[in-house]
Amino acid sequence: MPVQPVKFYQVGSFAVGNRLLTDDERSVQSESDRTNSLNCGHRACQGCGEALGARYALDAAMRATSRQMVAVNSTGCLEVFSTPYPETSWQIPWIHSLFGNAPAVATGVAAAMRAKGRTDVRVVGQGGDGGTVDIGFACLSGMFERNDDVLFICYDNEAYMNTGVQRSGATPPAARTATTPAVGPQPGNSFGQGKNAPLIAMAHEIPYVATATVAGLRDLEYKVQRAMEFRGARYLHILVPCPLGWGSAPGDTIRIARLAEQTGLFPVFEAEAGDVVSVSKIRRKAPVEDYLKLQNRYAHLFRTADGAETIARLQRMADRNIARFGLLDPEPSGPGRAPVSTASRERS
Amino acid sequence: MDRPFAITLNPGSSLANKTGSWRTERPVYVDLLPPCNHACPAGENIQQWLYRAEDGGYESAWRQIMADNPLPAVMGRVCYRPCETACNRGQLDEAVGINSVERFLGDEAIKRGWTVPVTAADSGKKVLVVGAGPSGLSAAYHLRLLGHRVTVRDQAPQPGGMMRYGIPAYRLPRPVLDAEIGRILAMGITFEQGKVTDIEKAMADGGFDAAFLAVGAQHGRRAYIPAGDSAKILDAVTLLHETADGDPPQLGRRVAVYGGGNTAMDAARTARRLGATDAVVVYRRTRDRMPAHDVEVEEAADEGVRMMWLSTITRADEGKLVIEKMRLDATGFPQPTGEFTELAADTVVLALGQESELSLLDVVPGITISDGVVQVGTGLMTGRPGIFAGGDMVPAERTVTVGIGHGKKAARSIDAFLREGVQDGNGRTCANAATELAEPRVAGFDRLNTWYYSDAPATIRPQLDAARRISSFDEVTGGLDESTALFEARRCLSCGNCFECDNCYGVCPDNAVIKLGPGQRYQIDLDYCKGCGICVAECPCGAIDMIPERT
Repeated sequence: MPVQPVKFYQVGSFAVGNRLLTDDERSVQSESDRTNSLNCGHRACQGCGEALGARYALDAAMRATSRQMVAVNSTGCLEVFSTPYPETSWQIPWIHSLFGNAPAVATGVAAAMRAKGRTDVRVVGQGGDGGTVDIGFACLSGMFERNDDVLFICYDNEAYMNTGVQRSGATPPAARTATTPAVGPQPGNSFGQGKNAPLIAMAHEIPYVATATVAGLRDLEYKVQRAMEFRGARYLHILVPCPLGWGSAPGDTIRIARLAEQTGLFPVFEAEAGDVVSVSKIRRKAPVEDYLKLQNRYAHLFRTADGAETIARLQRMADRNIARFGLLDPEPSGPGRAPVSTASRERS
Repeated sequence: MDRPFAITLNPGSSLANKTGSWRTERPVYVDLLPPCNHACPAGENIQQWLYRAEDGGYESAWRQIMADNPLPAVMGRVCYRPCETACNRGQLDEAVGINSVERFLGDEAIKRGWTVPVTAADSGKKVLVVGAGPSGLSAAYHLRLLGHRVTVRDQAPQPGGMMRYGIPAYRLPRPVLDAEIGRILAMGITFEQGKVTDIEKAMADGGFDAAFLAVGAQHGRRAYIPAGDSAKILDAVTLLHETADGDPPQLGRRVAVYGGGNTAMDAARTARRLGATDAVVVYRRTRDRMPAHDVEVEEAADEGVRMMWLSTITRADEGKLVIEKMRLDATGFPQPTGEFTELAADTVVLALGQESELSLLDVVPGITISDGVVQVGTGLMTGRPGIFAGGDMVPAERTVTVGIGHGKKAARSIDAFLREGVQDGNGRTCANAATELAEPRVAGFDRLNTWYYSDAPATIRPQLDAARRISSFDEVTGGLDESTALFEARRCLSCGNCFECDNCYGVCPDNAVIKLGPGQRYQIDLDYCKGCGICVAECPCGAIDMIPERT
């Protein structure tokens, strides 16, 4: 009689929590006394992926550091919607300076803490994709190169959303933004441009680089906690869908992030000292159309024959990611496959 | 306030900004009817007892079953599992083995000696239950729990009805049946052997305030088959009854069973166990039109029972039958073809359906009998106030589970009749009528977010190998042990009912879901909920609705 050991729960480790799990198996977000780093009353849009991603990451960082942590924010949505004077939604020590200097300010905070002998206080720098891959990039690269003891988190919503959805270095090909309108022979953002910030970070051979999405809470919390086990420069790149800029339904935020991962368009992995050490396997593979059709920024692709060719091109990008990072298991994920859990993560 | 150096402002907050005013729709927690509960003829709250079993609360789970069904160990063996057919998990991998878990809980209760106390005050009313089958016993149990004094009368020496005299022991071992019936009778229910020939007289003689009739359908339907003098023909009900009494008839080595229902399968499998080397089921239509349930047909075939489709018996002689081939016409009705073959058979067993013996109602005014069954209202009251009927003798599918459901329903109607004098016979004014009449909202598969459920196969019940089955009346299907039962219970998706996975609490970008603590579920903080709907989209079990705000 084929019997599995009883370790199966209704929702495995995919859900936020479960009454059948022991306390140490539950996520930070399932706890009644989580920090709520970013509290109610903030002015982010309905269904904001960035607000969600920031709370996920910072609550996990607060637990990993026993609540001894300072956050440095670059300019962007996250800063604007959380701190209109005199309000603040932050329930953690938090500082904002300029758009482009957050990594440098974080370096300075870390240096100050070291000077005061407070090496127990950890520093997190954070910003959107504009502040990270474009405007703040020199400071970020310098922080990496000096291996300053900072975890820098980029909440990637793939454009300058705060100022009206302008293209950034992280905007994907074919996406419509205010500065890459869906007109002309090649509507939307061009192919072949933009920066892959996680791979650039890896090229600095810093101790730890990882990607995550708001759809994979357990994975995201694991990566924050893992990052805090290192000293030196660390980089976490989190995909956070933006209902306003992407033209998606507010309730679909997590669904879209999940599809970004399951199509292969956004590979989720972690790297140590420049080498990839683990990837999150695709559990339910989906074609890129499933991801694209939920977002108005890609609506033009579904209207013309040229659009179909562009979709095929995006599919090839996804397939390349799948091959490059080994996102698919060779054997099919048949019945009996154990749920993905952080405990069973393969390490090399 | 004493502030640190160079700090001029007090620590701020954004709580003054009540973002709930942005909202045009709001999330609302709901409890929908899971498809399993909806499909259960006995009205069990399956999702709830699986939920209780998931953390090892087997006694609590068993008590939840007992609220609706006093025979879980029996049902865990003989029910045809409409719940598993309806189970949403069937569209994800395989349906939850609800029936196996029920059997495990039922067996656990027998092993541990759990009982249900009667806590209701004595109502002073007396109810006569005629027939000690599943329907009668279920009614007696529920009436007793409601505080009434109950007498069950059956013409057989032992209670159980078709569970004892119709269902073979290899499907329902008698110690299990005896244990569950014994537990019901021990609640203070009187069992008497005796035939009720006139229900009015029986009620008057015993001073009964109401009666529930559940005499079943005991008589095998006959068909005219031209037969030689020495042809041996008997009906399946008799075969099964005499086998249950330990005095099986001599069948010979070659047995033909005529009919295509579950009783035909039971008869053929019983014949195999009584020594028939060749048991053939002769049925005039095709397999897909057979009334027998698939699992019965498969198990019969596994045991070497042969099937002859599109065939009728036109003549029986000693040792052989004349079979006419049939074909289905455009309406699916079998028509003779004029082609004949012979089939060697020592005995013909007729399994052509059963009829109820209803002579006890002959002198009762106001009762309508049509198509051989008693007509009842939705509350199971007959045309004679105070007399209720259920089980195989009223128009319904004839299964043990339906019978148990009728018993519960009738008990509630009788209670309403005795306490409030509800007279209209359809139970509309009884306490639960409003909820029963409202169209229930069933939690369909499209409401679920199945991403959050792990993939897991159903645990396969161990089966005795076919060879051993044929030589004995040992139980064919084995049960689950504790670890596999727990595993199976945890495969439940909890469709339409919150099981506290914390998803809504975790995925809200505005911290607008309040976690109320174990068993208390969650509450939406409408001061800050912007109505984005992520909690609704990410709820695994579809237990949150989005409704428009009033303008």
